[in-house]
Amino acid sequence: MAKKGEVKLIGAWTSPYVMRARIALNIKSVDYEFLEEKVGAKSELLLKSNPVHKKIPVLIHHDKPIAESLIIVQYIDEVTWTTTDDAPSILPSHPYPRAIHRFWAAYIDDKWFPAWKGIGLAKGEVAEQKINGAKEGLALLEEEFPKISNGKPFFGGDQIGLLDIALGCFLGWVRVGELTHNVPLIDHSTTPHLAGWAARFVAHPAVKDVMPDPKDLLEFLRVNFMKPAPPSSK
Amino acid sequence: MGKGKGDVKLLGAWPSPYAVRVNIALNLKSVDYEFQTENLATGSKSELLIKSNPVHKKIPVLLHGGKPICESLIIVQYIDEVWSDGPSILPSDPYDRAVARFWAAYVDDKFYTAVKGIVVADGEEAKAAAVKVLKDGLVLLEEAFLKSSAGEGKPFFGGDEIGYLDIALGSLLGWLRVTEKSFNVKLFEEATTPRLVSWVDSFCKHPAVKDELPETDKLFEYAQKVVYPRIKAFAAAAAK
Repeated sequence: MAKKGEVKLIGAWTSPYVMRARIALNIKSVDYEFLEEKVGAKSELLLKSNPVHKKIPVLIHHDKPIAESLIIVQYIDEVTWTTTDDAPSILPSHPYPRAIHRFWAAYIDDKWFPAWKGIGLAKGEVAEQKINGAKEGLALLEEEFPKISNGKPFFGGDQIGLLDIALGCFLGWVRVGELTHNVPLIDHSTTPHLAGWAARFVAHPAVKDVMPDPKDLLEFLRVNFMKPAPPSSK
Repeated sequence: MGKGKGDVKLLGAWPSPYAVRVNIALNLKSVDYEFQTENLATGSKSELLIKSNPVHKKIPVLLHGGKPICESLIIVQYIDEVWSDGPSILPSDPYDRAVARFWAAYVDDKFYTAVKGIVVADGEEAKAAAVKVLKDGLVLLEEAFLKSSAGEGKPFFGGDEIGYLDIALGSLLGWLRVTEKSFNVKLFEEATTPRLVSWVDSFCKHPAVKDELPETDKLFEYAQKVVYPRIKAFAAAAAK
């Protein structure tokens, strides 16, 4: 196990990007101190550790900061953590599948999430656009799943890999979109592969304790971002 | 018989800094490859490009044994991992790798947007502000360079040899020079980025690089005729 204080993660329970780092640390059985950022105020440690972007997650290992969630996940995969020689690899071992996982992870970050980000607060035409944005990307990934997983339970095969983590961290917020707009985004009729995969992903031991309940995410939105109704309205 | 001969094809274009990254990486590893040009000026895409990169329909695409790999930095990492007997592109230490990846991602996130910002800037003040964004970014890279290899007297971000971040940033030099010429600004300066000034010189002279960076004059013409009008039209349409 990593010694106490050796590994710190600056993050927030609501952030899918932070979840990526936590899942990776769990896969490798690495103990870490989780430093939760408060909403609306950035800690001095965060500003000092990630002066360029001032964003979470930031992993601090032996006092050295690493930023950007996918870079952090690959770092965690590449470090030799003392007693976890038998921990599964997160990136596939061969160059071509590694490139495929990286490609789709980049697609998720550059195209897919930006297309539906904010879906929980969106209304009307904007909401429609975001719903379609979410669905388009999911349709592509649905098609890719059998090709990449090769009949196994995860994109990474028998074990969760980079692409599982890159996509799966958004499942809580996908569910928020579904609940808010009463529309299925991942379901057995339109995206059967992803539906099966999602159920397996959230139940995975490295995931289940760090995946937020969508109802808690909805409450988070309500408390922090929704204007209260004026007293006179019914 | 060269490595990869017959097996490796690159869909690219001479003006594209992203394609240039792949040319450099393949050269570093002494891989023979077939180069197929996409005509970016006409905007029409070849069938092979559309088939190989249906998601983005963009170059560069590397085809290895017929299998496509897309996104320039992903391709560079692929090349590094496949031809592992050649000089390493990524550092070997995990922390150094994370730092190289961080700054390469920074270059991709910020620099193209910053250059576009200069192109569409309306008036001197807006132009100066846009130029400052780019120069501030270069100062950050100068600092990163000093903290790592330059601090040890090494010529490249990768140390004695060019590496991942050298390729990520260096591939943009053609466009950065065109920006300087088009808008009468200096981006690399002794006063603010002295180590990068020497780095530019060393990078451009490197055998894996020197034939790949587009000539400034040729790129300048291409920018005025094709790229800048396109950027301005796109910005105008988006503003409506």
